[in-house]
Amino acid sequence: MSEPQVSDPTPVLALADVSKSFGAVQALRGVRLSLFAGEIHALAGENGAGKSTLVKTFAGVHRPDDGQVLLNGEPVVFHSPADAQHAGVAVIYQEPTLFPDLTVAENIFMGRQPRGAFGRLDRGAMNAAAEELFARLGVVLDPAGPARGLSIADQQVVEIAKAISRDAKILIMDEPTAALTGREVERLFAVARTLASHGCALLFISHRLEEIFSLCQRVTILRDGAWIATESVSDLTEDDLVQRMVGRELTELYPKVAVDPGEVALEVSRLTREGVFTDVSFNVRRGEIVALAGLVGAGRSEVARAIFGVDRWDAGSVAVEGKPLRAGSPTTAMAAGVALVPEDRRQQGLVMELSIERNMAVTGMKRLRRGPIIRGSAERALASDWATRLQLKYSRLSDAVGVLSGGNQQKVVLGKWLSTDPKVLIIDEPTRGIDVGTKAEVHRLLSNLAAEGLAVLMISSDLPEVLGMADRILVMHEGRLTAEIARADATEEKVMAAATGRGEAAA
Amino acid sequence: MSDVKNRLMSWESALLVLLIGSWSVASLTVEGFSGTSNMSFLLLDVSEIALMAIPLTLVVITGEIDLSVASTLGLTSAIIGTLWDAGLTIESIFVIALLVGAVCGLVNGLLVTRLGLPSLAVTIGTLALYRGLAYVVLGDKAVADFPQVYTGWATGSIGPIPKPILLVAVLAVIAGVILHATPLGRSVFALGYNQEAAYFAGIRVKRIKLWLFVASGVFASLAGIVYTLRYSSARADNGTGLELAVVAAVLLGGVSFFGGRGTLPGVLTGVLVFGVLRNALILADVSNEVLNFVTGLLLISSVLAPNLATLVRNRRSRTVTPPPLMEGTSV
Repeated sequence: MSEPQVSDPTPVLALADVSKSFGAVQALRGVRLSLFAGEIHALAGENGAGKSTLVKTFAGVHRPDDGQVLLNGEPVVFHSPADAQHAGVAVIYQEPTLFPDLTVAENIFMGRQPRGAFGRLDRGAMNAAAEELFARLGVVLDPAGPARGLSIADQQVVEIAKAISRDAKILIMDEPTAALTGREVERLFAVARTLASHGCALLFISHRLEEIFSLCQRVTILRDGAWIATESVSDLTEDDLVQRMVGRELTELYPKVAVDPGEVALEVSRLTREGVFTDVSFNVRRGEIVALAGLVGAGRSEVARAIFGVDRWDAGSVAVEGKPLRAGSPTTAMAAGVALVPEDRRQQGLVMELSIERNMAVTGMKRLRRGPIIRGSAERALASDWATRLQLKYSRLSDAVGVLSGGNQQKVVLGKWLSTDPKVLIIDEPTRGIDVGTKAEVHRLLSNLAAEGLAVLMISSDLPEVLGMADRILVMHEGRLTAEIARADATEEKVMAAATGRGEAAA
Repeated sequence: MSDVKNRLMSWESALLVLLIGSWSVASLTVEGFSGTSNMSFLLLDVSEIALMAIPLTLVVITGEIDLSVASTLGLTSAIIGTLWDAGLTIESIFVIALLVGAVCGLVNGLLVTRLGLPSLAVTIGTLALYRGLAYVVLGDKAVADFPQVYTGWATGSIGPIPKPILLVAVLAVIAGVILHATPLGRSVFALGYNQEAAYFAGIRVKRIKLWLFVASGVFASLAGIVYTLRYSSARADNGTGLELAVVAAVLLGGVSFFGGRGTLPGVLTGVLVFGVLRNALILADVSNEVLNFVTGLLLISSVLAPNLATLVRNRRSRTVTPPPLMEGTSV
């Protein structure tokens, strides 16, 4: 274990042999972690490794069953999140919750607004203070503008500014980059480095390993609730890190096998939805994985939604195996063999309160009937069949799907759609928020499905995934297709150039 | 799911205990309560409430509400009276009455699904609208003298079981099977929990809601027919205020006001509990105002009780069970 290069050897915040269990589930077992002023420390582990519980222990949501939280070397007990906040701990979540109708500055100073004469809000002072915070963070944002309509990246910056204005010394960032584009990630990293240089301690959580390597100095690895190692990032390779996280060697992360593409399965011509995307034409052949790359907001998910019929299109056409689809009807799209694994698992992919088996069976209820009645045994058999094929980790099929980890939830969504025996699978951000082990499984699965003749349209913001998995890459920029890049010619630079509208890459 | 199921089961068993308890107390303390003829009357007296509660159960599980049912009942009754006065045959009047109910439901459904208006506001509006229409149609007249064949059916019974209750039983079984064992029923639960996810799974959310509103209207006018025949009196103010009793019974029956949860057996038990309380209070010469008070109390406590139960459960098990959706519980 190497020490960071800081003068004060006492960690500002630390966990000493902390254990925490929930009923029979041991979420943390003797975990230790020290955060020093001025360091950016990564927390790595698969889903279910205990990262969230650790964060919540720092944030005052959970109290350890055993072991201690140390603040500047002294044991403390955070009785509530407010306690932790007073002690200078701030948590920035993946999707911040701002008050959309208030201004940016009002959100930052919520509850502590500067007052003028007669107790009136002193907007001038408030905006100036916010401006100063943004200057310290090195970002440009309008303090007087409304919070509504800010990108997730900007919302995170507002949250960070809020934390700084409260004199937070310890910043915990729980998967802040999951929904950000490349450029936004860079800005967030710049902010993080500025904070660290001012003496803040940062704990950074991300499933993207390259981010850990580019941003952090040290990394603590958890597996199954236990502390595995704390290492200097420079002493590790990505493979070392992955191996310690999963406890086994992963073969290839992107195992796409070469397939000779067959007939055209999905043909999209001149598809237009006014104000959203324009004149989008492409096809996907049987056996092919075609990636749709681009920045968040380029219109990729919207094209997928239109093909599947969740949204209407205004002009153009979509055909599956030569047969045209009707606009705006998911039922006809499903009947024609289209399946959509949507971007937002929790809101669109699954009904969290319903059981695993109900969620799996929801797309194929008509085939499980005898007369008008659904046969419970057939439903269960279908669910357990797909659970086995997808190596789902669960205790009972009758459990609410919400208790599964992100990766296993994604498997349920996949099972629900694969059970319809689709011809075209559209999958939007297949591995967002999924740990590396499951990620590799999903990739292998997609590759096998393509090899069996399925046409796959994959939307992804994860460039290594796009480059590793796709036979062809389509790039969208501001609602238009700007490039088509063959697998052999694809580089991150070419894709990014097309995605940001720098035209020379357009083929 | 098993957890949800357990909760429902325990809610239903609690309800069953409540039913038996109130029944026993009423039998012991209220004179004339436990006689066979009163039992028959008790059942007959909840037949309209039960008819309206059956489709409303499904409507509320989808996360919507229909408060216009009692007004649809009144409008149906007024139209039956007017047409009977005008000399149409009673059979054709029944058909027209059911069509009127369907149109009432269709209007609610279209406003909710096509224009995206909140059903609470829409059906408060049509609650006033349909009742007003009933007065426009029939004024404050009362029409009587319906054919004895039908009024006899509405008041008759087989053994101790009133004939309208047999109709209720048949419809309840059909609705129960639809809700709990068919794709339509599964879709109703799924969209009640999460409309967006249901839509993304190819469930025709709007169409299902529209048809449930239509069913609610048709069942309300069926209740209107039974009501009119049972009292042999068609009036515009028939069933005024009954919507609250129906909603109270549905919520008491364990259907979540926020959608997703509920069972038909639970609702039928809720209807019976409501019927026992009302019957016992009437026999005990309690005034109408107090009856309204009791309905209100039932409504509030049935919305409150599940929340209280959850609160107590959470408090008791704060350190024992993991919060749902926690990371550590997956493996």
